[in-house]
Amino acid sequence: MSLLLWAKGPGFALAAVLFLLGTAMRLAEILRLGRGTDLARPRGAAGGQALRTVFSRFLPAPGLFARSPVVHAGGYVFHIGLLVVVIGYGPHLAVLGIGGRGLPAGLIDGVTLLTMAAMTALLAARLRDPVKRLISGPGDYGAWGLVFLPLATGFLLVNRVLLPFEPLLALHLLSVEVMLALLPFTKLVHAFTFVLARGYAGAIAGRKGAHS
Amino acid sequence: MSDSPGLATLLRHHGIGRRDFLTFCAGLASALALPPVLAPKLAHALEAARRPSVIWLSFQECTGCTESLTRADQPSLEQIILSMVSLDYHHTLQAASGAAAEAARRQAMADNHGRYLVMADGSIPLGDPGYCTIGGMSSADLLAQTVAGAAAVIAVGSCAAFGGLAAAEPNPTGAVPISRLVTGKPVVNIPGCPPLPLAMTGVIAHFLAFGRLPELDSLGRPRVFYGETIHDRCPRRAFYDQGLFAKSFDDEGARQGWCLFQLGCKGPTTRNACATVKWNGGTSFPIGSGHPCLGCSQPSFWDAGGFYRPLSRPAGLGPGMAAAAVAAGAALGAVAASKRPSERQPVTLDDLETKS
Repeated sequence: MSLLLWAKGPGFALAAVLFLLGTAMRLAEILRLGRGTDLARPRGAAGGQALRTVFSRFLPAPGLFARSPVVHAGGYVFHIGLLVVVIGYGPHLAVLGIGGRGLPAGLIDGVTLLTMAAMTALLAARLRDPVKRLISGPGDYGAWGLVFLPLATGFLLVNRVLLPFEPLLALHLLSVEVMLALLPFTKLVHAFTFVLARGYAGAIAGRKGAHS
Repeated sequence: MSDSPGLATLLRHHGIGRRDFLTFCAGLASALALPPVLAPKLAHALEAARRPSVIWLSFQECTGCTESLTRADQPSLEQIILSMVSLDYHHTLQAASGAAAEAARRQAMADNHGRYLVMADGSIPLGDPGYCTIGGMSSADLLAQTVAGAAAVIAVGSCAAFGGLAAAEPNPTGAVPISRLVTGKPVVNIPGCPPLPLAMTGVIAHFLAFGRLPELDSLGRPRVFYGETIHDRCPRRAFYDQGLFAKSFDDEGARQGWCLFQLGCKGPTTRNACATVKWNGGTSFPIGSGHPCLGCSQPSFWDAGGFYRPLSRPAGLGPGMAAAAVAAGAALGAVAASKRPSERQPVTLDDLETKS
């Protein structure tokens, strides 16, 4: 019980502070840096293209899906599945302070398994591809583990596998807290910065009169 | 054992027939998770058993455990079992008091040396012994003296088993559980606030019938009664699996009998047999009556984060601290970005070649 109480109390507070502080720091740094001044005469609207690009990049570039279907399909399943599990499960809604019943536990179970399977396929694809393997470092594999562990411990917790409820709940909370605390300082920060990255890219292209 | 008639004689004396006794033995064998073939052997062993001497010590407690045992309003399995023991010392139940009571305890210890059972409820104040003294002795001394010649010690209730309420933060008396002070004797913990009467009497019956204590878990609790969680056998479990939770005590979910997890139920982390044995002659138990399990048979349940706070919900972060974290992060980020370009370390072609 002491581990669970620590995870629910000081552990969560520490993780939340690091998450908020780190995320604010990263966003402020990026926004403060901004972009270099472009002295050329604008040939199009930057703002509209910036907004459009934030959403258009949710779709794969033409032809890329067919060239690497596993990576694209896996990516969609993993990201959408993660979203469904995080905000669709009743107890998660309670933790987030959102009302509603949530989705049935059986459905969440299935989505969790599918999400973990997609993540495993993506990891295998990364390891099998010599180019991806070359450009992958500890940060990439670490980020994969930080996301996979909460999913795995959550699945074990709901299904009461390997360990009793209490230590599994403590492990699940701790794995989420580690992910939260490290999110701003790892590649997982793209959960927030993707908006800025796409927006800047869209704005630059839009100013040049190109569609992004 | 005391020189008293066996159980069979006692039962006849109480007007309980052999058929009732055999029915009781079958139920007891089931409660103790014994194979059916052992039920007749259990009956035979209990019939032949002599009444053991029991010395019941009460320390920092509320007498709720004794109330649990004695408040049955009709002859029960528990009372039948209790008629099997010779309760030679019990503050609440004995007629004698003062020096006469202490003399009865010493007499029982001398007459049954090495064979009597010590049942203890309440925690021991080690920080300041003055909080609980009996007959001019500190609780720790009384326990040590009484346990010295005992066959086994049964710690009844969460206070005796884990420290309970007295040991809750900030534990002003320095309360410790019985097991902390007893060495060289088997100790069984029967936690609960109060514990199920069947758990108490089941352990005694097992000891009488087989001459040894039942199998215990890592917290010293009999596995037969504490092997599963409340959640495992909860009648509301199906609603948990469907994601149907009561959000308040008077909402539609509560009226529909949905899961009480979000109202703070500790069933998933609590090992006890309440959901199967139930209370008041099998009438109901807290969750059955619409109240979350408090987790009273687990260590430190008073300090387990609040009775009405969901198990999975973290303590939360105050808005002030959250705002301070965001503000500090934004300031740090702005400072980092305002460094002169010469202080930054741009990635060069050499860096890329080194990495590849």
